[in-house]
Amino acid sequence: MNVPTNAAAIAASVRAGELKAADVLEQYLARIERHEEQVHAFNLVLTLEARASAAAVDEVVAAGGDPGPLAGVPVALKDNLCTRGIPTTCSSRILERWRPPYDATVVRRLAAAGAVVVGKTNMDEFAMGSSTENSAFGPTRNPHDLDRVPGGSSGGSSAAVAAGFAPLALGSDTGGSIRQPAALCGVVGAKPTYGLVSRYGLIAFASSLDQIGPLALDVRDAALLLDAIAGPDSRDSTCLAEHPPAAAARLDGGVEGLRVGVVRELAGAEGMSADVVARMRDAADALAAAGAKVDEVSVPAAVYGLSAYYLIAPAEASSNLARYDGVRYGARSRTGTDGAGDITEMYLDTRSEGFGAEVKRRIMLGTYALSAGYYDAYYGQAQRVRTLILRDFAAAYRNFDVLLSPTAPGTAFGMGAKTADPLTMYLNDVCTIPSNLAGHPAISVPFGTGADGLPVGVQVLAPALGETLMFQVAAALEAAAPATPVPAMRAGGQEGASR
Amino acid sequence: MTTTTTEWETVIGLEVHCELRTATKMFCGCRNSFGEEPNTNVCPVCLGLPGSLPVLNRTAVEYAMRIGTALHCRVQPSLFHRKNYFYPDMPKDYQISQYDIPINADGWLDLPNGRRVGIVRAHMEEDTGKTTHVGGGGRIHDAAHSLVDYNRAGVPLVEIVSAPDLRSAEDARAYVDELRSILVATGASDGKMEEGSLRVDANVSVRPAGSPEFGTRCEIKNMNSLRSLGRAIEYEAARQIALITEGGTVSQETRHWDEAAGRTGSMRSKEEAYDYRYFPEPDLVPVEPSEEWIRSVQDSLPRLPADRRAALAGASGMTADSDAVITVVRLGLDDLVEAVVAAGGSAAAAAVAVRRVANEVASDPEAAAGLDRTAFARLVAMEAGGELTAAQARTVLKAMMDGGGDPDRIAADLGFEAMDASALEKVVDEVVAAHPAEWERFAAGEDKLTGFFIGHIKSATDGKADLKAASALLRSRR
Repeated sequence: MNVPTNAAAIAASVRAGELKAADVLEQYLARIERHEEQVHAFNLVLTLEARASAAAVDEVVAAGGDPGPLAGVPVALKDNLCTRGIPTTCSSRILERWRPPYDATVVRRLAAAGAVVVGKTNMDEFAMGSSTENSAFGPTRNPHDLDRVPGGSSGGSSAAVAAGFAPLALGSDTGGSIRQPAALCGVVGAKPTYGLVSRYGLIAFASSLDQIGPLALDVRDAALLLDAIAGPDSRDSTCLAEHPPAAAARLDGGVEGLRVGVVRELAGAEGMSADVVARMRDAADALAAAGAKVDEVSVPAAVYGLSAYYLIAPAEASSNLARYDGVRYGARSRTGTDGAGDITEMYLDTRSEGFGAEVKRRIMLGTYALSAGYYDAYYGQAQRVRTLILRDFAAAYRNFDVLLSPTAPGTAFGMGAKTADPLTMYLNDVCTIPSNLAGHPAISVPFGTGADGLPVGVQVLAPALGETLMFQVAAALEAAAPATPVPAMRAGGQEGASR
Repeated sequence: MTTTTTEWETVIGLEVHCELRTATKMFCGCRNSFGEEPNTNVCPVCLGLPGSLPVLNRTAVEYAMRIGTALHCRVQPSLFHRKNYFYPDMPKDYQISQYDIPINADGWLDLPNGRRVGIVRAHMEEDTGKTTHVGGGGRIHDAAHSLVDYNRAGVPLVEIVSAPDLRSAEDARAYVDELRSILVATGASDGKMEEGSLRVDANVSVRPAGSPEFGTRCEIKNMNSLRSLGRAIEYEAARQIALITEGGTVSQETRHWDEAAGRTGSMRSKEEAYDYRYFPEPDLVPVEPSEEWIRSVQDSLPRLPADRRAALAGASGMTADSDAVITVVRLGLDDLVEAVVAAGGSAAAAAVAVRRVANEVASDPEAAAGLDRTAFARLVAMEAGGELTAAQARTVLKAMMDGGGDPDRIAADLGFEAMDASALEKVVDEVVAAHPAEWERFAAGEDKLTGFFIGHIKSATDGKADLKAASALLRSRR
């Protein structure tokens, strides 16, 4: 049996009746069985549920029906996406045993498209982190080098795709949480325009920044997955009311005549490693060689993005995470069950025991930023920076169709290398944060390797609802890119692997 | 000891929370219904489950706009904020509320006595669940355990904040009473204070009469009726005056009205006040009602109590702030009076109608709903035209309210017919003759004996006598 490595080909074969979803699934489950212990991409592998969904897909095909554009494609879900009756933990002790009574909108859309959910992936607790080391259930390792981090917070999802545990995964991106781990794991990861994908059922970190997006082995698959989940949803007031243009509409369109701007402030940002910048220059040259007009562009306010983000995101998080108080669901401290303490002690003990250090740090930061007398200097000021970033992006897009920057400052770093210094860790997001603050789409595409032989990602940024063009440029970039290293575990046991 | 006495003025501003009577809750499709099994009208959204998101109920916005329009507010584009604090009845540990940009601002309300009270704002917010503390003193911190019912969580509220324009407990009661009538008239609320769909907090301060400065205010919570509102304000004003008179100062705090003890007690001081950390609710978009929508709300607004009282006063010759007129409008029974006017009734007939509605019909609002308007108009015409005495009219009305029917027939069945003047004179003469001693005293000017004779005339005629005419006859015989 010859199972293709990419989702588009799997879905085409399953829809055509040439391949059984059940067989596709078993191949991926076998790889999970062999390598998951080393990688720890998943909090939960849904073997039985996945077999049932694959069988259902095969039945639809056998009955002459069409299961949908993702027919029989295994998909890994970040563990902050609600799945009915299935634990959804955010990699936090406080939600360890919580089972949502409902499915996230994206989960329903995946089912409607014929996808097969294989498991819930590990993440930084409540999506707060850039290495997946802030998980209450232990870190995920990078399939390219098990001593290194996969990035984060969607590190479980990026590692699952890189390891070949699933051809597709969903992540969430608040400040780079899809794109940075995609870069560090050598896969494609996109954050859509804010409002393109419903957030209903995505456990909130920072509501005005969070977006769900695809991770995949190639640009076409990422577009396919995005197109399956995007679109209006009456359950999310911030979701756009109109159906967006398809991300996959012009993947073969090339870049002839397109104007590409290299963002000066991001390429030259603090802590950028030379090889990452070099790969981005290579990418720019490749686009120029393919007919694009490449030039430098300044987005001055982008340098303030990191500071603004670390006020806005914690502020919203401090409010979003208040509900984990031990009263209704999730973990409750013994203080609340043995009748010894009063309600205040129960709150304090539940939250002290239930949240990890990074989550507590951000709740405290956010609480402070919103406090009486400080609101205007912190939260208010950060919102003004957000306006400036939007203004500067708007100016840049008057002269350019898309922008280019590195995705992350370096390649995958060693486990534990940055845990002692939160600020160094935060710097990982310097290039990705401006798109979240602006609500704009951005995608990370693998482009060569660093001096250490590990994958490097290059980021394509586009204006709001510019997904079609963004994926078009990303596909051109991908076509011009040097081969991305394939982790041994994904290469192994894979007949006829392409790419 | 000082001998000078200071005249004190009480300054009151009220915050009224009004539950909107929408079919569903503010941000989800759960039913908005009072008195059901605890925790049955709940879903992921109103339980604030992880990942759930609010979606604003359009009818709630429309009702809020109706309230704002009825209170002469500026209806404007508005924004929701999150008000953050921890309490077990609040599923998300923040309340979605409006903060600096409310949907309704700067209006006013006229009391029946003509005094105008400013309305600072009337903003939208969601209700919390309901906590029952078991054991201890009924407060959360010493309870053995607490039960929470989230059926009320997410019910839409409008909070109406008055300017500090009220000067007495009586004014405050009149304000709430009038506001309640307006809320009911708009159809936005059922106005039931006893079921908690209308809840009132009072900001109370005192100052020497004539002083332009406001005193330090205390916010009083937990008044469950108009009566306790009045008592609490009077108690609190007296407490503050006594405190200042004895050389103390009032400190800004929230105080709890204890209905049983009849006093207010400190809940939390200004220093202990919550820092709500308001910020714009990122899960909702701004509310921007179109001009057409605002206009359609204005155009479809029913007549408001003040206008209706003026109309009743005009029709009946009574004053707009008379108790009977206020009662008729408060209960929304003005259509009964209008039916009389429509049937060609005179001002006197309209006045009879107002009295009958305020005195009899009002005591049984349920029966009032089933009362046939045309039959009622006929009854009033019979009374106003002298075919029935007041007592007879009341009896017929009661029969109509109990079982319906035609007033002419009921009157006939009861044997009520107008007693002609000569028959009445005959009865009066007989009663006078039968009680010579009493008559002598009455004739000598002892007016209190009128009742004695009237009583005898009433029983001698089985209540058919027009007692007004009878007492006139008695006086003429002196």
